[in-house]
Amino acid sequence: MKGSNAAVSGNPSLKNKSLGKRIWKNWELYLFMLPALLYFLVFHYGPMYGIQIAFKNFVPSKGITGSDWVGFDHFERFFNSYFFWDLLWNTFSISFYELAIGFPLPIILALAFNEVRNGPFKKSVQTVTYAPHFISVVVMAGMIITFLSPSSGMIVRFIEFLGLQPAEFLTDPAWFKTVYVLSGVWQSTGWGTIIYLAALSGVDPQLHEAAIVDGASRMKRMLHINLPTIVPTITIMLILNMGNILGLGFEKILLLQNSLNMEASDVISTYVYRAGLVNAQYSFSTAVGLFNSVVNVILLVTVNQIAKRTSENSLW
Amino acid sequence: MVTAMKESRGDKLFLISTYIYLSLALLVILYPLIYILSASISSPQDVNSGAMWLFPKNVTLDGYKLVFENPKIWNGYWNTIIYTVVGTLVNLAVTLPASYALSRSDFVGRQLFMGLILFTMFFSGGLVPTYLLVKNLGLINSMWALILPVAASVWNIVVARTFFQTTIPKELQEAAHIDGCTNLKLFIRIILPLSAPIVAVMALFYGVSHWNSYFPSLIYLNDEAKYPLQMVLRQILVLQEMSAETTGASMNGEVAIAMNNKAETASLIKYGVIVVSTLPIVAVYPFLQRYFVQGVMIGSVKG
Repeated sequence: MKGSNAAVSGNPSLKNKSLGKRIWKNWELYLFMLPALLYFLVFHYGPMYGIQIAFKNFVPSKGITGSDWVGFDHFERFFNSYFFWDLLWNTFSISFYELAIGFPLPIILALAFNEVRNGPFKKSVQTVTYAPHFISVVVMAGMIITFLSPSSGMIVRFIEFLGLQPAEFLTDPAWFKTVYVLSGVWQSTGWGTIIYLAALSGVDPQLHEAAIVDGASRMKRMLHINLPTIVPTITIMLILNMGNILGLGFEKILLLQNSLNMEASDVISTYVYRAGLVNAQYSFSTAVGLFNSVVNVILLVTVNQIAKRTSENSLW
Repeated sequence: MVTAMKESRGDKLFLISTYIYLSLALLVILYPLIYILSASISSPQDVNSGAMWLFPKNVTLDGYKLVFENPKIWNGYWNTIIYTVVGTLVNLAVTLPASYALSRSDFVGRQLFMGLILFTMFFSGGLVPTYLLVKNLGLINSMWALILPVAASVWNIVVARTFFQTTIPKELQEAAHIDGCTNLKLFIRIILPLSAPIVAVMALFYGVSHWNSYFPSLIYLNDEAKYPLQMVLRQILVLQEMSAETTGASMNGEVAIAMNNKAETASLIKYGVIVVSTLPIVAVYPFLQRYFVQGVMIGSVKG
């Protein structure tokens, strides 16, 4: 009560009213909240209730509640399966590969945008680099498949033109991760700059003026003024990315997957889809998915904690 | 003076390399887009042999003819338009009132509601429990399976809430209350008209995501007549289903003779279909870019 009173103390009309009165006064706001609340309860918390089938032998005719408990059987089966380490390795290696290449590039591009004058050149580069973000994942996969086609693909032709031997990009497992990561870079680097540009717009111009007087070069000002200003934003983005590390580009991977590149392209989320929905192993697949979610949350909390200790920037 | 000269030469060099870097980025991103456009109106022989590398060669509209004569694509287009319009309206009806309520500091319980919503960003039931829920609700094979499970996005609620918090003056709401205006009236008559930018941003974000979505239809729809455009594209672009059924309806005499080779038909229709499906977004994008950027920025400066 004390805390909430302090929160409204700025509003004199509400200062001395009881909790009930304050709720009643804005009863319509609860009506505003209702559709969203229902949505999140049904479609987000509802499935959380369904997680219990990870610990049961789910039989559709018995329902979620009626099925028998089996404890950690499905988890043990997953951890002991021969594909467990492959799935884990693929998921983590693709994620970190993507993070290593895809995370710094928007920052570099944003810093470069920030150096050039506002004019038609900057505007057109921005418009063009943002555009691929709006290409659907299906079309993106289609473009990748078409461009890398061994018989007629544009990229394969170009590599031949350079006098090199093109690889079997989509059927050679060794190439899958690179194809996945680089196409992602092409699609999302430009869009990723927006958030950093917003942060860069907050740089105090006086810092630059002072630095110029002191004879600092453009390069030095970029490294010592612009970059430090956006570090908090970079940290937050990094935490968010880490928290999502096992949930990576599932839709694109699923579209690019084929029987020949499977050993490099099968990740936890595509496996959950195949086992759960294609092969109807509901309980087992839910257990795998739960494992995925829990690892995600642990990663998120850990990275957030590290960020808090080392830089005072954190999500919470 | 000497040092100042040296400094500025270094700066010039730095600036020139920045321009070169940006030009390279422009080139790398633009080239595939131009290539697709040119390939979609060039003869497939020239595209496949590599003779066409930038500008269209031996211009032909046969690819588009095949695309437009394909009943599956039309049907997918139509379905996508319906799903996008209805879906976006539902999104707005859920997102805007809730975000507004959450933006009010005198709304008792907002922290609790916000917490409930934010939690779903970090932890979810997962694919199978969600699928079972949708199935139990009897939504399988209905358009609502593509709309209700994505009726709101946490991120967009946060963005809209931040917008209401930062751009609508508190005094305005207090004055309206003193004048006896109810919250409902206030929201519809005063807040919404003042919030056109955020309504536009939300409509755009949600609209694009409906237009581009394929996975929900893959798992929830089994009737091909209900497939949205992206599912048809998946058949053509990814599964490479260039069967007589997909292209057959259009293989009338003249076109069939022009393309005696199935592979050529396939490649021709591919580029056309990429252009046709992405066109609506590409066409409006330059005009709306400002709003998209605004939306991302509002989200990023949240406190």
